[in-house]
Amino acid sequence: MKNKKNIVYAIIAVVIFIVLFALVNAGVLSRKYEGLLVPIGVNVILAVSLNLIVGFLGELSLGHAGFMSVGAYAGCLFTVHSNLPVMVELPIAFVIGGLAAAIFGLIIGIPALRLKGDYLAIVTLGFGEIIRSVFNSLDILGGSGGLKGIDKSSNYIMAYVLAVITVLVIANLINSKHGRAIKSIRDNVIAAESVGVNVVYYKILAFVLSAFFAGIAGVLYGHNLAILKPATFDFNKSIEILVMVVLGGMGSIPGSIIAAVILTVLPEAMRSLADYRMLFYAVALIVMMLFSSNPALVEFRQRLFGKKKRGGK
Amino acid sequence: MALLEVKELGISFGGLRAVDNFNLTIEDGQLYGLIGPNGAGKTTIFNLLTGVYKPTDGTFMFDSEEMSGKTPIQINKMGIARTFQNIRLFSQMSVIDNVKVGLQNQYNFSVLNSILRLPKHRAGEKLITGRALEILKIFDLDGEANQPASNLPYGKQRKLEIARALATNPKLLLLDEPAAGMNPAETAELMNTIALIRDKFKISILLIEHDMSLVMGICERIVVLEYGRVICDDIPENVKNNPKVIAAYLGD
Amino acid sequence: MQGLVTFIQQFINGLSLGSVYALMALGYTMVYGIAKMLNFAHGDIIMVGAYTVSVVCSILGMSPIFAVLASAVVCTTLGVTIEKIAYKPLRSASPLAVLITAIGVSYFLQSVALLIFGSNAKKVPPVVSLNSIRVANIDLSGVALVIIGVTVLIMICLSLFINCTKVGKAMLAVSEDKGAAELMGINVNATISLTFAIGSALAAVAGVLFVSSYGYVDPYTGALPGIKAFVAAVLGGIGSIPGAMLGGIILGVIESLSKAYISTNLADAIVFGVLIVVLLVKPTGILGKKKITKV
Repeated sequence: MKNKKNIVYAIIAVVIFIVLFALVNAGVLSRKYEGLLVPIGVNVILAVSLNLIVGFLGELSLGHAGFMSVGAYAGCLFTVHSNLPVMVELPIAFVIGGLAAAIFGLIIGIPALRLKGDYLAIVTLGFGEIIRSVFNSLDILGGSGGLKGIDKSSNYIMAYVLAVITVLVIANLINSKHGRAIKSIRDNVIAAESVGVNVVYYKILAFVLSAFFAGIAGVLYGHNLAILKPATFDFNKSIEILVMVVLGGMGSIPGSIIAAVILTVLPEAMRSLADYRMLFYAVALIVMMLFSSNPALVEFRQRLFGKKKRGGK
Repeated sequence: MALLEVKELGISFGGLRAVDNFNLTIEDGQLYGLIGPNGAGKTTIFNLLTGVYKPTDGTFMFDSEEMSGKTPIQINKMGIARTFQNIRLFSQMSVIDNVKVGLQNQYNFSVLNSILRLPKHRAGEKLITGRALEILKIFDLDGEANQPASNLPYGKQRKLEIARALATNPKLLLLDEPAAGMNPAETAELMNTIALIRDKFKISILLIEHDMSLVMGICERIVVLEYGRVICDDIPENVKNNPKVIAAYLGD
Repeated sequence: MQGLVTFIQQFINGLSLGSVYALMALGYTMVYGIAKMLNFAHGDIIMVGAYTVSVVCSILGMSPIFAVLASAVVCTTLGVTIEKIAYKPLRSASPLAVLITAIGVSYFLQSVALLIFGSNAKKVPPVVSLNSIRVANIDLSGVALVIIGVTVLIMICLSLFINCTKVGKAMLAVSEDKGAAELMGINVNATISLTFAIGSALAAVAGVLFVSSYGYVDPYTGALPGIKAFVAAVLGGIGSIPGAMLGGIILGVIESLSKAYISTNLADAIVFGVLIVVLLVKPTGILGKKKITKV
């Protein structure tokens, strides 16, 4: 039963890849949409990794863009200064970016042990702001003008593979005893402790792993845009990722993927409505929360769509 | 040596002395009752024994080891498991996953095994699932294994909490008003299940109850608490006739 | 000697900035104490207050006094409306859902301001205009002194209101225990609405004072000061009114001195660094009380 499901997922992944490959090579996708493929990959990785903290661990992180920027700078600095061939250099850059972000995930994971809820959210927000201010004032990193001279060496195949790896790792983690431990902390931390769940270990694990993938996304992002500016990794970027997670459904990995794809393509497809983008994000956050958490509205929704199982796979 | 030995345990919250000079000895396989009027400090004692609160005075030994100062996680790993008066399930998780979380520490394989889906993960998960179903069956919950825990009716939620606690393979099980909110028939059935698991798993049980008559039937010994102090610690026959206990329950 | 003069000037600037933070922090602390939620949109209410001043003075050409009143009315109405529409339906929801909603509301206010006024900063005429005062060779900014004075006055009134009036005591009761307060005949919903109203009115005053010292307003004017004010509230101990005052002042002084002596770029980083250190050492803040979690 479970194996069958895995095979279905594998087939879906392969089919999507073949379709992508065919579309790109046949030149069906316009240049504009082809250029969106790497950003889609970046956002899928960001959303799925943030979902690990928000949807499964149940803590709000408002500093995901901070993790992303640490990874981006670490990975891009490496490729800027190394003279290796691209196919050797990039994988190393991904690992470096991921690890650098993971170290920061560990640093943020430690306050996460003592703080929770609103306090932790503010600490993650503060952390993101600190990182940005520091990048802004460090001249070796290009300061506010940005880090330039990065090769535009990423491509959609790379983005696709990295996104699949991210989804696979996080889904495999969630559907295991370790994932159950993480979810138990979200549902009731006192009960989790009472049955011996190592809360410290699993909180840190979630933060480190989430930061690791955000870092990889950052490296991918840098090698697509060829420039890194501290200002792009601000609070608004963290919120954008959060909107993807919330819109897709907290605790649903397929939801995060779909939301990340839609929220990357939609603004490009509807350039004329660009001014309304923030408004849309705002309304999406409020409406999603009201419909998922207000008792009266939850009942209304269930009557409308029939009874649906809560939470996703 | 007894399984649990509590010596002069006490805790104060500010000026309030919630538990004072509490002594208790539980032997292997014993089914002990802890009763007393509302606010007598029964749940506080559970919180002390499971490390949620740190005692202001006194100590307790479990399985010949000093326990005061240990964290709830350490205490659970040593073999004390509990349920909660105000049910604390992992409500968004399925019924079987609740029990699986309890089984967590008995099957060791690393995160890497799970992420890469190595054989150790598969074997471990298979064992966990099998054991979880066995435990659910005891409580007649196997039919609802894949439902979200929050969808269970109240009585079954209480049972699931006991199942989850039992899954941690304890030597001592602390049950906090397991029959609260149940009708008399359900209560009688639950008390039978409790006696049954004690025999089947060869564990000791400390049971909090409001209703004295209810615990009389199954407990071997009963300790009675009033205003944080023990007023009686005896076999059920004697507790029933103890004038202090009668006064505590009926008022002077 | 010159060094000392600069220091004192920067310190006074810090006190003035800190007073604005303190006023905003009061709103956070009061709402947090009663509704147990972080009203992320509080900072953006300040932005709305500032825009109101700008519209009333520049476009309608009315007097600054009228602008301050209008801004108080607009902000109070807005605060109460937000509570009714977005927060009240979520009173029993998880803290995570409430926090995300509050972030949504903050984003909503910013985006609406962006659509109406555009992203360019609008000039706000000075509501308070005073020449600087010279005391013993030190030039003290008049606006800064007015801000400090107004803040002290408001703090005194608020403390009297909460501790000495029946409604104020009802607020204390609700923040202590909602259920018990309701059983005692206190209208919990009305009390929460009132708290939002007072918090928003304070935000309006803070907004007016804030733009009088900067002179500009844009859709994001409230966002960062709002977050810093929350930091101030947490620093002082959330739920505690003296804590909010203390936290605000400390934060303002730290920020002002960092800007003067370390680096303008890093001032915000230092402010957040202080918050993280304080939270790790004393998670309940300077004047916060430890709460025993009931199991």
